[in-house]
Amino acid sequence: MSDTTVTDTVREPAPAAIEAPADRTRRLRVGGLMLVFALIGLGLAIFTGGGKATFQLVSGDLENNLLGVPAQPVAIVLGALGIFAAVAYVMRRVPQKYSGWLAVVLGVCFIGAFLCWAAAGKTFPLANQFQGTLNFATPLILGALAGVLCERAGVINIAIEGQFLVGAFTAAVVSSTTGSAAAALVAAAVSGVLMAWLLAVFSIKYLVNQVVLGVVLVVFASGITGYLFDQFLQEDAEALNTPSVLSAVKIPGLGDIPFIGPILFNQTILVYLTYLAVAVVTFVLFQTRWGLRVRAVGEHPKAADTVGIKVKRVRYSAVLWAGVLAGLGGAFFTVGYAGSFSKEMTAGNGFIALAALIMGRWHPIGAMVAALFFGFATQLQSQLQIIQTPIPGELLLMAPYLATVIAVAGLVGRVRAPKADGEPYVTE
Amino acid sequence: MSNDTATEPEQSPAPASPVKEPAASGLPSWAVQGLVSLSAIVLALVVGAILIIVGDDEVKAAVGYFGAAPLDTLSAAATAVGEAYKALAVGALGGMNPIAESLTQATPLICGGLAVSLAFRTGLFNIGAQGQLIIGAILAAYVGFAWHLPPVLHLVLAVVAGLIGGAIWGGVVGLLKARTGAHEVIVTIMLNYVAIYLLQWLLTTTTFKRPGREDPISPIVDPNAQYPQFGDTRLHIGFLLALLAAVFVWWLLNRSTIGFELRAVGANADASRTAGMSVGRAYIIAMVVAGALAGLAGTQQVLGTDLPLTDGVAATVGFDAITVALLGRGTPLGTVLAGLLFGALNAGGLQMQLQTQTPLTLTTVLQAVIVLFVAAPALVRSVFRFLPKERGIGAVLAKGWNG
Repeated sequence: MSDTTVTDTVREPAPAAIEAPADRTRRLRVGGLMLVFALIGLGLAIFTGGGKATFQLVSGDLENNLLGVPAQPVAIVLGALGIFAAVAYVMRRVPQKYSGWLAVVLGVCFIGAFLCWAAAGKTFPLANQFQGTLNFATPLILGALAGVLCERAGVINIAIEGQFLVGAFTAAVVSSTTGSAAAALVAAAVSGVLMAWLLAVFSIKYLVNQVVLGVVLVVFASGITGYLFDQFLQEDAEALNTPSVLSAVKIPGLGDIPFIGPILFNQTILVYLTYLAVAVVTFVLFQTRWGLRVRAVGEHPKAADTVGIKVKRVRYSAVLWAGVLAGLGGAFFTVGYAGSFSKEMTAGNGFIALAALIMGRWHPIGAMVAALFFGFATQLQSQLQIIQTPIPGELLLMAPYLATVIAVAGLVGRVRAPKADGEPYVTE
Repeated sequence: MSNDTATEPEQSPAPASPVKEPAASGLPSWAVQGLVSLSAIVLALVVGAILIIVGDDEVKAAVGYFGAAPLDTLSAAATAVGEAYKALAVGALGGMNPIAESLTQATPLICGGLAVSLAFRTGLFNIGAQGQLIIGAILAAYVGFAWHLPPVLHLVLAVVAGLIGGAIWGGVVGLLKARTGAHEVIVTIMLNYVAIYLLQWLLTTTTFKRPGREDPISPIVDPNAQYPQFGDTRLHIGFLLALLAAVFVWWLLNRSTIGFELRAVGANADASRTAGMSVGRAYIIAMVVAGALAGLAGTQQVLGTDLPLTDGVAATVGFDAITVALLGRGTPLGTVLAGLLFGALNAGGLQMQLQTQTPLTLTTVLQAVIVLFVAAPALVRSVFRFLPKERGIGAVLAKGWNG
């Protein structure tokens, strides 16, 4: 903080501004990591085969709308650009305010070089890649937003996975029995709220350790949905487990934009709700009175109580609203994407959402970006298996998780959670 | 709030005889904890009974003519619950074989639980027992089937390999936490995934794949590297190792200098730092030992229970271990008891599924509800009014993100 103000006010004497020792080690560590990635990118470029890398711009269209680039030259340019960005970061050639963008440039260059390497002489379905990214990311975004709301209010939510499972289950059953998509989504949201209510009561009223509670609630949700699935859904799958998948709705105008139109604006209602949720949560949290109160009880409940904010009530409302989002996120697994419910179908996505929340530093936008990153990596893995790269699929599947470890350890470092996160509030 | 007011009338007679007050809560704390845990189990069984009744076909049929013969519904419900729980109890404790099976199931849960407990006491939340267990199992299995050594030596080396594997996987977490502040919950969750994908990949390589098989399965470990078994049960000597591990953890935490530092850091990291302890060192030591304990659970799975390495070698042991540690309140003895209980529930649950078609998932619900109630003694007391007010029960084990 103080550092940026120094560089801003004393602009005259060269870029050799004062740098705190902690910032310096961080810069060198991050810079070193960036250099490693840049070198890997350049290495890939050197080993890129000849011929063209073809990128498919419209999903399923193999004839037209193709973008062919000479694979190796482009890869080498991107690799060099990446090295340039990494070196610029290490040497502090860019004002600190913009140094974060260098990491973004490097990331884009790295992925570009990687794609050129993987797709040399082949056709890479780029449109599918982005489409799939959004599919994988949607529940993650909703889950991470739920986490943001809870944790900004000072309640740790590890139970996102449990809320997902219950939401997915309820949406599948209600959609099958009523045939109504709206009813399914409402029911999923309600079931998410019920799980959130358990979280709220046990953490706020009974003061149970919240990390413990989250883990237990996940086990509970997995047990109860598994039991009901075994006892009812399997016996009568026809009536109870044949939900209809939401159909895509094209937004007139926006949906016709080439390339991004079909990807972003020809989606199901659930995806649009997700866009909306990101905007609303960001606005509410940072621009409204309720949002200020939520953040106050999450940072310093005692101070909030002193000025007359009802700490417990605010926490209850934040946790329950978060339940709505997580329940909808769960619905995506069944009515939004796969159709029928199966045991443990959320497959740890709730925990990934938790990771996205932390990587995004407890900010809705940050959480969304992190969730998109996870979605991108997961989808890339399945795409690369289709076009057959020499890397085994299992190792590619590891990539997003390793990347998270690297990001949390190297880039994000000591993230700061809301100060009272996880601490129950007890009045004396 | 309502709970406080609810207990008020309960205590109102007490002021008449103020001497009695301390006597009522004068029970030793382990007895109170035991009572709370027992009550939690009873409550969980009630919840389970409701689920059994709701899911039972005959009850469903009887509800159809409930108006005509309401007693039929009740008797059908009672029969359903009685039969299921009888199968559960017999499957867990009815004879030598069921007991051996319960102990077999409990073995890795105890070691995994200890791995979580030890980290807890140091203020770390180790969700990564699953990954540590998998890496331990991979290394133990490799030494087990790829090397050919004399008896005893082979088993010892295979177990040591498993311990090292787990220790490395856990140690990375401690190291990252100490050096960069990376939160252990995130790192352990991610490393769990890395471990399972690593295992899946290894099982496709020629080094690990059993010749002539297409499915992901390794060769069977050499007989020399297998844990000796008790009679013709599945119970193996790994169970004794689990008990030894519990004694070791008890000694480490309560009788050693390192353990004192670990507990101090767990109780208050800032104060420990001020007192001159190295918090980072404590984190690394705790995670290395915790990882080794989880690795031991991995060897028990692959050298004792399963023998070939498959991608299901860890099942959900690493996650169940978390609930075991929570139920055991982070103490070695508690963890052993909780491991035995969950092992019995797992073994009994399998029999219950076979005999009464009650799904095994019911035991998952039971386990979750037990831990939930144990974690909220105030709730248990609001149901069972006779329980004394606890002291220090429900103490915070792990803190929030900033702890």
